[in-house]
Amino acid sequence: MSSQGMVEKALELSRADDCVVIAEHTSTANLRFAGNTLTTNGTTESTRVTVISVVGRSAAVVSRSAVREDQLEELVAAADRAAREAQPADDAGPLVSGGEQSPGWARPVEPTGIEVFESFAPALGRAFAAAEAGGRRLYGFAEHIVTSTFVGTSSGLRLRHDQPTGRLELNGKSADLKRSAWTGVHTRDFTDVDVFALDEALATRLEWARTRVELPAGRYETLLPPSAVADLMIYMYWSAGARDAVDGQSVFSKAGGGTRVGERLSPLPVRLYSDPAAAGLECAPFNVVHASGRDSSVFDNGLPLSATDWIADGELRALQQTRHSAAASGLPVTPGIDNLLMSGPEGGRSLEEMIASTERGLLLTCLWYIRTVDPQTLLLTGLTRDGVYLVENGTVVGEVNNYRFNESPVDLLGRVTEVGRSEPTLPREWNDYFTRTVMPALRVPDFNMSTVSQAS
Amino acid sequence: MRQIDDDFRSLPLRQLADAALQRARELGAEHADFRLERIRAETLSLYDARLEGAMDADDLGLAVRVVKDGTWGFASGVELTPEAAVRVAERAVRVAEVSKPINREPIELAPEPSYGEAVWVSGYEVDPFEVPQSEKVALLADWSAGLLKGVDHVSARLLQVKEQKFYASSEGTSTLQQRVRVHPELNAVKIGPNGFDDMSTIAPPVGRGYEYLTGAHWDWQAELAELPTLLAEKLAAPSVEAGSYDLVIHPSNLWLTIHESIGHATELDRALGYEAAYAGTSFATFDQLGSLVYGSPIMNVTGDRTVEHGLGSIGYDDEGVRTQSFDLVKDGILVGYQLDRRMALMQGFGRSNGCAFADSPGHMPMQRMANVSLQAAPDGPSTEELISRVGNGLYIIGDKSWSIDMQRYNFQFTGQRAFRIQDGRLAGQVRDFAYQATTTDFWGSMEAVGGPQTYVLGGAFNCGKGQPGQVAPVSHGCPSALFRDVRILNTVQEGGK
Repeated sequence: MSSQGMVEKALELSRADDCVVIAEHTSTANLRFAGNTLTTNGTTESTRVTVISVVGRSAAVVSRSAVREDQLEELVAAADRAAREAQPADDAGPLVSGGEQSPGWARPVEPTGIEVFESFAPALGRAFAAAEAGGRRLYGFAEHIVTSTFVGTSSGLRLRHDQPTGRLELNGKSADLKRSAWTGVHTRDFTDVDVFALDEALATRLEWARTRVELPAGRYETLLPPSAVADLMIYMYWSAGARDAVDGQSVFSKAGGGTRVGERLSPLPVRLYSDPAAAGLECAPFNVVHASGRDSSVFDNGLPLSATDWIADGELRALQQTRHSAAASGLPVTPGIDNLLMSGPEGGRSLEEMIASTERGLLLTCLWYIRTVDPQTLLLTGLTRDGVYLVENGTVVGEVNNYRFNESPVDLLGRVTEVGRSEPTLPREWNDYFTRTVMPALRVPDFNMSTVSQAS
Repeated sequence: MRQIDDDFRSLPLRQLADAALQRARELGAEHADFRLERIRAETLSLYDARLEGAMDADDLGLAVRVVKDGTWGFASGVELTPEAAVRVAERAVRVAEVSKPINREPIELAPEPSYGEAVWVSGYEVDPFEVPQSEKVALLADWSAGLLKGVDHVSARLLQVKEQKFYASSEGTSTLQQRVRVHPELNAVKIGPNGFDDMSTIAPPVGRGYEYLTGAHWDWQAELAELPTLLAEKLAAPSVEAGSYDLVIHPSNLWLTIHESIGHATELDRALGYEAAYAGTSFATFDQLGSLVYGSPIMNVTGDRTVEHGLGSIGYDDEGVRTQSFDLVKDGILVGYQLDRRMALMQGFGRSNGCAFADSPGHMPMQRMANVSLQAAPDGPSTEELISRVGNGLYIIGDKSWSIDMQRYNFQFTGQRAFRIQDGRLAGQVRDFAYQATTTDFWGSMEAVGGPQTYVLGGAFNCGKGQPGQVAPVSHGCPSALFRDVRILNTVQEGGK
């Protein structure tokens, strides 16, 4: 039975007061490689049906993969039974109403497969040969995922979203593995991925690294490239839940109560926002929630999503909200959205121009193993990775050792002295979960490199 | 002893495996293996003693892995019919064929005896999925309500997993296995005039059933009773003065340091560079096997997948290898690695030590971590005796923040709480602490390990590795241990305040 059929049948079977059914069809294809050769690969195809039953103010979620039509009755009954036994939910509210049906609701799903790499894989093979000839080794991962999501509710919604998500990570190393460079791209279908251009950029950086400069820990003027900015901003975005802020448990809590919404975080006119319709970064224009949590509510399934400013003109404008938390905080309903964009003042310079105007500073490639140290300030720790370069008088003069940093992205926004031109980028650390980002490079006058890491 | 559940046993396991393996052979695969897995996971979360979220998820599917013309091919699907199993086998072979042009290393696997039809079930008493959700929520709510008498907010979470695996290979082994694990955790938050702080329970996740929450395996009442007082003390504690300190580290914190700085560093695929682009490599390179001084001479570390109630324990791995116990660090020297069949043959080990694992039917097995554990000293000291040997130090309990570089040199950890040690006695808590070190320096500074009476099996459900990302459960046992002259940071100063 089709995913759409599963939704209709499950809604028919439900004996609860209200019901939400989410049916998903996911297909994936991937290639993994190391040392100029393939290591693993695979294709998968899976289906999942999630039934959210609502009885009075109680809700229960039962989710199963590989559900057959003859198993649907038992699945729905399990959700209905659990809802009848459940405690009332704090976030209980009416389901999102409306008789809206997405265009193309009935269209069959179009899965991806290994064929998505039919042009890319041979190109990658030729890149391996070129890298081998140039004394480089390529490591990385290419993945393509297509998820078709169908949300149906007893209140009449029939919503569909087809999400292609592709990513390529390319890591170039010298033959002795002592020099390393990284780049990555997000893509919807791999037709726009130029693996040779990416490899060429890696070759340039590996050449920069032939000159080695050892520098101690300390605070340095630092150019954070878009990928590094993406990883820091995503972490801040994930930490921007309204409930924790209202409850006094986050960096966005105001001393004495309430939230910091309305407070200036940056002296520069920084904008951080999400937009389901952003070109090249399109994502679900409605809420899909499998289980309620701190910043998500199953009752909000199907809620329309639209462009949301989290920070505008350097000022905190919104936190991630459910309808329930918005009512409690007195702030607008602003659920999380699956892309993140950042921009600065008009006329932002490219990273190359920012390097050219740097008297002395560090240029990073990406960040790694980022974790919270102190939630009160959102102090994060992590490592630099795959190339820290010393810039002197506008030129890269060599590669510097890696560092462990301790920095808060919120604090950092207040110290940024330059915001570069925004461009599509792939976050290095978080791209397993979040790929769709457009970010600028940032200049920070005093980035805290806490200690030297011996890793190369 | 529990048995494999009838509903899993009654699936057409053998029939589907035979269909898939036969088709892979017909298409010319040199090797083929088949897995059919069901993974059931229930998550309950409460906030301030009220149910916040409940998710009951069930993943069922089959996977075929082949080696064709020396190249891997992997595919998975969810339809449990012989025809669908054949199609998955065909897709796996097709993936190998498309991938062949970019493969330069022929895949060969270390031999492993055939075990015929083997069955293994983990040691648990009460299947958590047989306990009504309402009963579990009521217990967590009761615990939370007790804590709320002394703190401002409480989050409670209970993770429960049941894994059922059927494996069959073209070599003749078939295994049928089932294991259960649970992780209850409560976190308390207290808000003071100058900010907030939190503290979590240190009860580890375990390979047990629901009896872990209700029986004598952990003293929940005692831990919950002291948490509000400990948190209030922490909130009022002075900020630590940055500098060099001797550390006594409790197993509830040290397990994670072992995991990051020994567990991942002794994975052979990392040491050989196969994880270089993602999780990273290892300073413990293969050429140093048998010579690298990892730590002080009292450091003895084993890998094993057999310890009872260990999260990484199982009878046979996902390549049909019978699980084992083996040395990784002996008297401070690197003597072993964690292996899968490909890596074992490639580096001349002869046989895998059984560390292949896939977290779902949708993922290809890879080398994953065994239960990597630091051994206690047979007649070693108590934690109190270790503390008594310290003039100026910290006693650190419970894991919290962690981060380590991509070659496992430089790490930084915090904890749930730290007590100042002055002249061999505890002298109240300090806050804002983190310890930062290089792996071999840190383990080289280990002066004493506690006795078996201090040994605790800690661990986590969610060790991440690989692309596509996979999570694996793993336990780490260790005693309390004493380290000299470790760098302590003040995290407020690190934030520039």
